[in-house]
Amino acid sequence: MIVLSKEKLPIQREQDVVLFRNRIKELATKIGMSLVNQTKLITAASELVRNMLRYGGGGITHLEIVSRNSIPGVRLIFVDEGPGIKDVTLAMKDGYSTGKSLGLGLPGAKRLVNEFDIKSESGKGTTVTIIRWKNGL
Amino acid sequence: MNKESAAALKSKKKQILENWLSNQLQDAALRDDLMSVAELQQQSEEFLTALIKAFGTSSAEDTDSEGYEPIRDILNEISISRARQGFSPRETSSYILSLKEVLSNVLEDRFKEDPATLYREIISMNKIMDSLSMVTMETYIKGREEVILRQTNEMSEISTPVIRVWEGILALPIIGTLDSARTQVVMEALLEEIVATGSRIAILDISGVPTVDSLVAQHLIKTVSAARLMGAECIISGIRAEIAQTIVHLGIDLTNIYTKATLASALKMSFSMLNIQVTRATGTSQNNKQNFGF
Repeated sequence: MIVLSKEKLPIQREQDVVLFRNRIKELATKIGMSLVNQTKLITAASELVRNMLRYGGGGITHLEIVSRNSIPGVRLIFVDEGPGIKDVTLAMKDGYSTGKSLGLGLPGAKRLVNEFDIKSESGKGTTVTIIRWKNGL
Repeated sequence: MNKESAAALKSKKKQILENWLSNQLQDAALRDDLMSVAELQQQSEEFLTALIKAFGTSSAEDTDSEGYEPIRDILNEISISRARQGFSPRETSSYILSLKEVLSNVLEDRFKEDPATLYREIISMNKIMDSLSMVTMETYIKGREEVILRQTNEMSEISTPVIRVWEGILALPIIGTLDSARTQVVMEALLEEIVATGSRIAILDISGVPTVDSLVAQHLIKTVSAARLMGAECIISGIRAEIAQTIVHLGIDLTNIYTKATLASALKMSFSMLNIQVTRATGTSQNNKQNFGF
C-alpha cells in the first residue's frame, strides 16, 4: 500500500466535525469515489469523530489518500488520548453504549467501510483506522 | 518624547495634516468608493488634534495612559466602522502607518543639527505609532468577529421554519447539520406549531441534511416520539438513495417511522391518512384559467 497524500486535522469542537466531513468529501471526490461510497465513508467518519469528541475529549484525525494494486482509497486515522475503551469486543456489539446513544456508532462504522482497525488502551486513548476503497470492495 | 518635538509637531500641525492627507489620497489602496474625501479629512483632523495633544503630556510614550484615551476611542471607532464597511486589513492599518512618515519628516527638519536627539525622538515616535497601529488591528479584527457572530446567529434563526402546507399538515424542511442544539430548536418549533395549529401530521424533510449518522437518526427518532406524545404522526421525507443504503448498513431501525423518498409522496400519504381526496377539476383549461384569476 502506498500513501499518496496525507494531512492532519485536529478535532476539538463540534464545529470541527463539519469541516472534517467536507474535507473527506473533497478527497473522495478527487479519487472519483461514487456517491454511495462517499456517503458511507463520510457517515462512518462522522460516527467515529463524534465518539472521539464525546468520549475521548477530542483528538487528531489523519486524512490520507492511499493506493493498493493501483486502486485508490481513503484512509482515515482517529487518534485520541482519552480514557480508552475498557472492553473493545463489547463496544463493537450492536446496541451497546455507555452513553445514552443508540450504540451503533462503532459497529455501524465498521459495516460502512472496507477495513476497520481499533486499538485501545485503558487510560491511554484510542486509535481507530478505517479505509474505504474507490470501488467499494 | 521631549517637549521640543511635541512643540515642533504642534506648530507644524497644519502641514502635517496636509501631507498626511495627500499621502492617504495617493495611496492606491484608498477606497474613495467606501468613504468620501471630506469624511476622511474630518476624521484625520480630529485624530491628529488628539494625538498632538497627547504628545504634549508627560506620559507620551505610554499609549495605555489616560492622555491617549480619546485617541484610542477615535481609532476604535475608525477601525470598527472600516471593518463593517469592508475595508481590508491593509487599508485599515495604512491609515495610521502613513502618518508615521509625515511625522518623521517634521522631526527630521527640527533636529537636523542634532542626530542623537533626532534618533531618540524618531524611535520614541515609532514606538507610539506602532502600538497605536496594533490597537487599530485589534479592533479591526474585533469588528470583523462581530460581523461573523451576527451572521451565525441569523443563520440559526432562519434555518428552522415550520410550514403549514395544508389544514392539519405541517412541514419542516431541515437544512444543514442536525446537532444537539439544532435538534432542540427544531423540536421546540415543531411542537409549538403542532399545539398552535392543532395539526395531526408533521412531515420532517431531510433533503437538506448532508449526513445522517446515528446521532442525527437518534435526534430524529426523539423528535418523532415527542410529536407522537402530542398526538401528531410524523413522516420523514427526503431520504436519498445513498442515505437509505447508509442507514441500513449502520443498523438504524426506522421501521416504526413512516418514511418517504420525496416531500410530494409524504404529502400524498398525509392526505390519505386524513381522508382528504385531491382530484383534478373537470372542464376545459379555459375554465381553470378563470378560476385562478388569470
